[in-house]
Amino acid sequence: MSRLHTLVIPWLLACLIALCTIVPLGVVMLSALTPDPAIWSHLIEFTLPELFKNTAIMLLGVSAVVLLLGVSLAWLVAVYDFPGRRLFNWALMLPLAMPAYVMAFAQVGLLEFTGPVQTWLRPHFDDMRWFPEIRSSWGLVLVMSLAFYPYVYLLSRNAFATMGRRALEVGQSLGLSRSQGFWRIALPMARPWIAGGLILVVMESLADFGTVAVFNYDTFTSAIYKAWFALFSLDTAKQIASLLVMLVFVVLVLEQRSRGRRAYAQAGRAAPQPRLPLAGWRGWAATLAAASVLLLAFVIPMLQLLYWASLDFANQFSSDFLGYAWRSVSLSLIAAVLVTAIALVLAYLVRRQGSRAMRNLARVATMGYAIPGTVLAVGVFVPVAWLDNQIIAAMGWQGEVTAVLKGTLLAMLLAFVARFLAVAYSSVDTAMNRITRSHDEAARNLGYSGWALLRRVYLPLLSGGLFTGVLMVFVDVMKEMPITLMTRPFGWDTLSVRVYNMTAEGMWDQAALPAIAIVLVGLIPTILLSRQRDVA
Amino acid sequence: MSALLELQSVSQRYGDKTVVNDMSFTLQQGEIACLLGSSGCGKTTVLRCIAGFEPLAGGEIHLAGRRIASVASSVPAHLRQIGMVFQDYALFPHLNVQENVGFGLGKLGRSEREARVMAVLEVVGLAAYAQAFPHELSGGQQQRVALARALAPKPELLLLDEPFSNLDVDLRERLSREVREILKSQGTTAILVTHDQHEAFAMADKVGVMHQGQLQQWAPPYELYHEPASRYVADFIGQGAFVPGKVTGPRCVTLELGEYCSAVPRQFAEGDEVDVLLRPDDVVHDDASPVTAKVLGKVFRGSEFLYTLQLASGQQVLAQVPSHHNHAIGEPIGIRLELDHLIAFRRQPS
Repeated sequence: MSRLHTLVIPWLLACLIALCTIVPLGVVMLSALTPDPAIWSHLIEFTLPELFKNTAIMLLGVSAVVLLLGVSLAWLVAVYDFPGRRLFNWALMLPLAMPAYVMAFAQVGLLEFTGPVQTWLRPHFDDMRWFPEIRSSWGLVLVMSLAFYPYVYLLSRNAFATMGRRALEVGQSLGLSRSQGFWRIALPMARPWIAGGLILVVMESLADFGTVAVFNYDTFTSAIYKAWFALFSLDTAKQIASLLVMLVFVVLVLEQRSRGRRAYAQAGRAAPQPRLPLAGWRGWAATLAAASVLLLAFVIPMLQLLYWASLDFANQFSSDFLGYAWRSVSLSLIAAVLVTAIALVLAYLVRRQGSRAMRNLARVATMGYAIPGTVLAVGVFVPVAWLDNQIIAAMGWQGEVTAVLKGTLLAMLLAFVARFLAVAYSSVDTAMNRITRSHDEAARNLGYSGWALLRRVYLPLLSGGLFTGVLMVFVDVMKEMPITLMTRPFGWDTLSVRVYNMTAEGMWDQAALPAIAIVLVGLIPTILLSRQRDVA
Repeated sequence: MSALLELQSVSQRYGDKTVVNDMSFTLQQGEIACLLGSSGCGKTTVLRCIAGFEPLAGGEIHLAGRRIASVASSVPAHLRQIGMVFQDYALFPHLNVQENVGFGLGKLGRSEREARVMAVLEVVGLAAYAQAFPHELSGGQQQRVALARALAPKPELLLLDEPFSNLDVDLRERLSREVREILKSQGTTAILVTHDQHEAFAMADKVGVMHQGQLQQWAPPYELYHEPASRYVADFIGQGAFVPGKVTGPRCVTLELGEYCSAVPRQFAEGDEVDVLLRPDDVVHDDASPVTAKVLGKVFRGSEFLYTLQLASGQQVLAQVPSHHNHAIGEPIGIRLELDHLIAFRRQPS
């Protein structure tokens, strides 16, 4: 085989894939190197203090509540036995199916002045001023925590399930009571998993766009959107985006730092442990705690959505709705197949090449998952607009045509590739790693090579991973709001865009049906995930 | 001398299933005991009952003269002063060796604690690894850290749950010798649980053989091998074959290979049909012997052969023969019996 085949083409392909992430990120970061003094003086004076304050309150508040909910529920479910434990074990993950922005408008609709809760309470009280205002920073913290606690719950539950009761026993053999054992052994041992879940929550909070929009709570993401679509200053949007990216990197670096020299590979193997029964009122108290979180975080908002949708179902279930649904499904499907195909190519290149440089390139290409969608939207739009101008100038179309690629599906798909490549890559790569070198060699030894090898060995073994990749990206694109909103072709409204438009007007009931559709799709991977991880 | 540990008719159940049934034994200060049995025989459950991790369904446990567990009440596990080495070591991955070992010494002052940690690490030979993290150590080293951690608070009793099962065979043998020396040098009273009889023999002063939740026999290894109390123990410990015999006198039995006299268990009457256990070392190869047996199979073990032989009646026996005597399969060889311990059980109706 020629050098061209073995060397140039793999690298060319890998670089091309990595560019999908590098270019948007580079565009945004370069703007930080060339700050515009006029924009910055305005930002520093009027915008940034508020943004930093709001972001800090949001991150601290959400982290605290998420840790409290996620860790305590995980400990209960993993170590103790109480009525309903098997149900809560997986049902507590259901909120993952509900995007935070859906949870947000459902809760605001429930708890605001005109909502059912206050309306029901009002006749019983002379004065309703004691009732807290849901559209506030504590309301935002509560809603985001209810939406994001499953990340911490899932990871710490798995950690506790493998070593929770053992940790208590070791403590007891060394003279520690059970509660001392929890604080001094189980919690520190589970720290890396808890921290892993918390990092996901912090990233989701930083990237969140729809929830803060419902609450009218200004953070970096909403500031980027407003700078672009309300002030029409793409430069300001870029500058704010560069700050947000730096914030994300600070979080990632802090996470790496906190690990230090300690590798948390489990020392030794633990046999599955029987659970400690919680007898009498303690058991029912545990049931009550788990049930109330599940009610608040999933059941009640879901019932509220269904109620709204039922009010005016005949009108809402119209050709308009079918149009949003069709665009959402087709967009998600195209993006899912495209992103997974690219992930497959990348994983295959890494496997064949196997060099450190290639692995690092793959790491860069999949970095986009940490970058908020609003940032990627800006980062993709700018180079596409520049390319458009070049094409128009080169073809002499000035005056006749204003956009070639701008506002097309292609630009949107590029942003999705950058954002979700990591999702597909991780499942494809996991499957790829299950194919050992000896599988390869055994097949070659039996006379298969080239396409036959790919068809007879690789594809059957990878099909599970590819399916998971397509499914995960499909659901993620379905739920995605900022990229879709900011880069969609004109009038190309999807379900999530519809939810945004209706909630921006405070028309909760109109947003309910598209929101339910999104939740139903989101339930598929959540249930698969919970069934898979159901630790006996 | 009063017993340090005493189990009185201890029982334990999971639901309807009786896991440990009416188990009693005593352990003297400074003794090392071993609970031996195949998996699922209840040996680990007994250990967990003593540690305080499982409630009792019946009986009592006494430690150093005080009752630590009964059906009605029990001392919480963390107040029993019983140390434990777990099968998976359960070292804390977030702490280094020194911090792991010092974990149970919260009541001591800082300098005292450090001195105790270093002293224990010295004992297990890991003083140089005080700053290392568990994942940086080999399996055998992790095992010794686990031992040091359990020994540091000077427990009254140390429990070891399959302590060597995660190690490879060579290391297992060396470590079991080392651990015995460490425990003896510290005067520690200990109980270990294992399914490996070589490990039990190498480590323990007393061995308890368990089967289906019952303690079959509680005795020193020598007695267990040469005076098994039940057919199960005779079968489980060591190798051998049962051959039919007839009791011919108060101390004698007639076998196919002749009449043998020694301390025959008293419960037999003259004329009783019995099965006599022949260990491979009871059957001695002797070219001068008039009795011959045909070689059916052989296993070369380096210093010796283990021959499977067939007697004239078709009965099979095992013989341990020095390795210079290399006989072909099918060849008849001369044998005689050297029965120092006559082990007989009433014939089972077949």
